[in-house]
Amino acid sequence: MSLRAKCAIAGLGQTRMGKNFDHPGPIGFAAEAVNLALDDAGLQRADLDGLLVNPGITWLNNPMASSSLQHAMGLGDLRLTATMNLGGGTAAAMIMHAAQAIDAGMAEVVACVFADAPLRAPSPNKGGDGGGSAAFYGFAQGLDAHYGLFGVNAHYAFVAQRHMYRYGTSNDHLGAVAVSERKWANLNPAAQFHDTPMSMADYHASRWVVEPFHLYDCCLVSNGGLAVIVTSAERAKNLKRPPVYILGMGQGHPGHNPLDTLVSGAPIAKETAFKMAGIKLTDVNFCELYDCYTFTVLVTLEDYGFCKKGEGGPFVASGAIGPGGSLPVNTGGGQLSSFYMWGMTPVGEAIVQIRGDGGRRQAPKHEVGLVSGNGGILATHSTLVLGSQP
Amino acid sequence: MPEFSKPIPAITPEMREFFDGARAGRLMVQKCDGCGKLRFPADDLCSKCNSTASRWVPVSGRGEIFSFNIMHQVYHPAFAGQVPYAVVVVELEEGCKFVSNLLGVKPHDIKCGMQVEVTFEKLSDEVSMPKFRLRAAK
Repeated sequence: MSLRAKCAIAGLGQTRMGKNFDHPGPIGFAAEAVNLALDDAGLQRADLDGLLVNPGITWLNNPMASSSLQHAMGLGDLRLTATMNLGGGTAAAMIMHAAQAIDAGMAEVVACVFADAPLRAPSPNKGGDGGGSAAFYGFAQGLDAHYGLFGVNAHYAFVAQRHMYRYGTSNDHLGAVAVSERKWANLNPAAQFHDTPMSMADYHASRWVVEPFHLYDCCLVSNGGLAVIVTSAERAKNLKRPPVYILGMGQGHPGHNPLDTLVSGAPIAKETAFKMAGIKLTDVNFCELYDCYTFTVLVTLEDYGFCKKGEGGPFVASGAIGPGGSLPVNTGGGQLSSFYMWGMTPVGEAIVQIRGDGGRRQAPKHEVGLVSGNGGILATHSTLVLGSQP
Repeated sequence: MPEFSKPIPAITPEMREFFDGARAGRLMVQKCDGCGKLRFPADDLCSKCNSTASRWVPVSGRGEIFSFNIMHQVYHPAFAGQVPYAVVVVELEEGCKFVSNLLGVKPHDIKCGMQVEVTFEKLSDEVSMPKFRLRAAK
């Protein structure tokens, strides 16, 4: 049986995001986000009977993070819980798991949450790391450490460089994604870069992190938490906010060698999700695409078929994805210019758009939104099709 | 100022033959006993046939630059004086990929498709590391 519109997202909770150093840690952020999402839905903690958790990098070593959060929040009598990790593909995967459980009668109201707190205040004595995240994301061992291959940025840079060689993609193309998302962020008062415009010259002038990535090709690692409440479509109709219907869901994990893949799992995930939703690509009004890097947006657009494989560069350079363009993409400023909460950033903004809460950044048409998550080096992929109508 | 040296990999049991080969000037990769697929780094099983039986075999050490990056951030103090430096992915003639450094070419002169060959940098009596250099055109 299809799960099309059987379930809906009824609540959205988002903490402060960014360089906030005075906080109770990732579990505190997670609890705050869940409580905000419950408030948004008009529900109480006692209404929750499911809790799915994607711990960020600062509590990834907690093997039962969802139990820790349950105890911290004093949640009793849960019927569903799990600690999940598909990297940036987790957020949408949690929502799928919640919807399946609700449809199967195993739970009624499920919170799905991501939280992390990798940024630390700069230390005046040691010079610190400027509050940066290199200490957490720069891991390497064995031969890689000798060759100087540190961190996720460096691995994604290999893939982007190969894409450039194979298809002629350029930094002007990557920059078009960065500039476009910044334009959206400038329309979003909650975005960290809401009051800072960015030109293509600014993009090119930003320091290199690892070529071919400038600073502005990389996401804004943030402290914070973001949660959603999933429940049945029937129950969601009687709650505080209009339901955001889950029309389609899918996952795709291609199993490629991360050193030589140029294709994400989007084609696989899309097939499942679009079939469930009963939609075509032309039915999509706006996209919230996982954007750990500018490059990821470009590849994801190709892999969903918005342009041909290898033509993501010219497509984004055409202005199609920015404000006023034919396909609004990452309308809140995305993870590049608003905040990075793994896959929860695109999920949260899609809810805002479907509800019509986008203010100056509201996409003109917002009945059907496409959400993507991506984890590892194009290793995991998840797709949600969300809609304002069942 | 304290001096830092680049991390020297530990010779783990599963990588011993790789380091034995490197010390003798041979680039070694793992070959699956089940289907013959080559792989690097060492792994417990073959991703193609799932056989757990394998042996180390020498390869030509010739290949081409498949991709590369240029690192600007310092993650380890030994690299503070090195940035910007390049890390390359070499596609070996025999088909598998090998992450390394390219010697004798400035980072911004590196291009995908460059023909390269292995050379070895001796770090200690036990550890020599495979690096690559440009190969003269035939």
